[in-house]
Amino acid sequence: MKLLKLVPDHTNVDFMRWRTLALVLSTFATIAALTFTAYRGLNLGVDFAGGQMVRVSFPQPIDIEGLRTKMDSLQVGEATIQEFGNNRTYQIRLPRPPGPDSMSNAVVTKVQAFLPKAYPGAVVGAGESVSGKVSQELAADGAKAILFAMIGIAIYIWFRFEWQFGVGALVTLAHDFAMTLGFFAFTRLQVDLNVVAAFLTIIGYSLNDTVVIYDRIRENLRKYRKMAILPLLNLSLNETLARTVVTSLTVLIALALLMAIGPEVIFGLSIAIFLGVLIGTYSSIYISAPILVWLGVKPDSFLRTTDEGAVGAGTV
Amino acid sequence: MLDFPRWKVIAISLAILVGILFSIPSFFPKDQVAHWSGGLPHSRINLGLDLAGGSHLLLEADTADAAKQRVQAMEDNVSSELRRGDAPIDIGDISTADGVLSFMVRNPAQVDAAVEKLRQLTKPVGLSGARDWDVTVRDQSRVVLTPTADGQVRALKDAMTVARDVVRRRIDPQGTKEITVVTQGNNRILVQVPGVENPEALKALIGQTARLEFKLVDLTANPAEVAQGRAPAGSQVLPNADGRGGMAVNRRVMVSGDQLTSAKQSFDQDGRPEIVITFNSTGARRFGRVTQENVGKPFAIILDNKVLSAPTIQGAILGGTASITGSYTVESANQLAVSLASGKLPVKLNVMEERTISADLGKDSIHKGALAAGAAVIAVIFFMFITYGRFGVYANIALIVNAFLVLGIMALFNATLTLPGIAGFVLTIGAAVDANVLINERIREELRRGRKVLDAVETGYHEAFRAIFDANITHAISAALMFYFGSGPIRGFAVVLGIGIITSVFTAVYFTRMLVVLWLRRTRPRTLHL
Repeated sequence: MKLLKLVPDHTNVDFMRWRTLALVLSTFATIAALTFTAYRGLNLGVDFAGGQMVRVSFPQPIDIEGLRTKMDSLQVGEATIQEFGNNRTYQIRLPRPPGPDSMSNAVVTKVQAFLPKAYPGAVVGAGESVSGKVSQELAADGAKAILFAMIGIAIYIWFRFEWQFGVGALVTLAHDFAMTLGFFAFTRLQVDLNVVAAFLTIIGYSLNDTVVIYDRIRENLRKYRKMAILPLLNLSLNETLARTVVTSLTVLIALALLMAIGPEVIFGLSIAIFLGVLIGTYSSIYISAPILVWLGVKPDSFLRTTDEGAVGAGTV
Repeated sequence: MLDFPRWKVIAISLAILVGILFSIPSFFPKDQVAHWSGGLPHSRINLGLDLAGGSHLLLEADTADAAKQRVQAMEDNVSSELRRGDAPIDIGDISTADGVLSFMVRNPAQVDAAVEKLRQLTKPVGLSGARDWDVTVRDQSRVVLTPTADGQVRALKDAMTVARDVVRRRIDPQGTKEITVVTQGNNRILVQVPGVENPEALKALIGQTARLEFKLVDLTANPAEVAQGRAPAGSQVLPNADGRGGMAVNRRVMVSGDQLTSAKQSFDQDGRPEIVITFNSTGARRFGRVTQENVGKPFAIILDNKVLSAPTIQGAILGGTASITGSYTVESANQLAVSLASGKLPVKLNVMEERTISADLGKDSIHKGALAAGAAVIAVIFFMFITYGRFGVYANIALIVNAFLVLGIMALFNATLTLPGIAGFVLTIGAAVDANVLINERIREELRRGRKVLDAVETGYHEAFRAIFDANITHAISAALMFYFGSGPIRGFAVVLGIGIITSVFTAVYFTRMLVVLWLRRTRPRTLHL
């Protein structure tokens, strides 16, 4: 049997040739994504915005305007009605009612009782109500987790490699996170607790790729002391290219299946990680590697570490 | 390279077998597992509420209310303490405004004695020597009790512990259900009840403080003043439970719900639901004495500071039982009985977060999640096989073993699988083969460089390990932070991811290496088809 080789042997792509162009594009895209997110805002779910949500399935497709009119007659505030997964399941969002936090769940109860009466056969699958205080805490905790994860990972890389690699990792992470955020702002996909889990996974995963490439760069820096930095980066990227492609593909295949046939509730999580893997693959080549050049990593940067590095490079 | 001692083979195989063994119970229904013989593992993976269906409530103590209740309790304490003994101290003009308790001592000569008695009522907090109340004297005759900050913290902590136990007893009087009731932070209680899809009854149970008191009705009060909410000294005006008007009752409590031994729903002569309560011996004695002394006068049954009813005492009630009637349904009478029997909540609890998931939606999620995970495994296995041939098969065996190991370890620790956890599982499948991809690509590379088979495999495993290790640490950092900051479902995701990281390194590196070595030793190939 002939084995599949997605990347032929002796592939030699001059990645670094386009590094300036890639930098300009990435910077532009990052700024655009952040500006867009700031301007348009994210579609925050009840987890982070507070308020209530009821997910309801009807026996047959219904008239969304009719549902809206009926919801209005309940006088529980302006309802946002969205299709969820299929045309018989809807997610109804309601704003937080005025008054103390303790009142916020009264509305969900009302809606949960009302729907099966108004639409015989309707099944309320899930109801959520989150008070303003709790939602703020959840948002703060999520932001903290993301921030600490980025910094924690960057510090680890700094310890295992050199400070330039730590900075490179941090910039790469910031880029990947900003792009994913921009995607959520653009598509209006709901950002809930699950999506924060996805963001954290992206942070872990995107670095996975970067670490593998950095590891090879370090190895080659020790091996080829005379080689100029750009060809050395190209060599390292090409040597790891087959692995990058194969791993990204397996992860993308698994996630694509999860998106296509998995539970609707975690679609946001799946698509976020899917996208994160794509962006992470790009950024590990075009952001983490070239940034080492700008931060002044040279073949002799590792000279003083030869002795302690001997363990890692021993068998080469 | 071929050096792979027998004990290592046995150790690795044993670890895998044990892991797989532990994963088995989770594939069978729970009641079936319960009947298995003792030699087999019984612990299963817990399903999170988003998969099992049920209600999740986050309750927060109303700390202002707790402080208010504490001052009131102190007030009761103070008046009974000062009245006691050989030299009762007469006090008046009691005020509980601004969370501070103060009163006048009618005989100025007794002020010092009063302060001395009250000091003994206060309790030390912690080891610093601080006490839970400050006792001071203002204007020579006014004694002021101020709650200290340490005392408040301590009181809240105690109240939360009691509240947690009360909530648990109310939701699960028999103590047989698999519910979660835990305190969170310093003023919250998290309640998770699988299977309950309508949390209304749950909230009604938790929402009631259920402070039951019996007090004599003050017949001396002027009805016009009562209507304005004013009562004579020593009495207070309480609203009626039906919302119509109120009545003046003595501040002094005849008997309270603390002295109950049981409360049950029953029916009166006319077949209407009622609640029959039984007092303990002290309660019964006091109830008997007060009813004996007050025949012909009405007394008020008060729940949470609202008058339920005010029947007239027909004769001394000596048996220690009483019944509470009113406009109850069987359900509401039952609820009140459970609330009374479980004790009063020391603090009012508000629902801050509520999530309900129907069991059907949960089942649907499990079904779709399992389907996606199965499809992902098959797709990845196929892809790995056509890419790496024999080495792909080894990676695939490792992948399947890894899936069982993750489940086995989760079952061993009774970990909770949530919906995002399923996503974590699928992701682990995709990422677990990464280690093998790294190794196999490295072996290919070394072969291209002209190394001999054994040398290439050896170098491949050795060189790839560094990257595998560092890459998995970055994953582990994000999983740990997810677990630390995350709530419920996210934690489930972090748990799966975290376990998957550890097991995948084990299966993808050590286990496949064992398979490869055993094969190389047997066949000694001169070339590798990779």
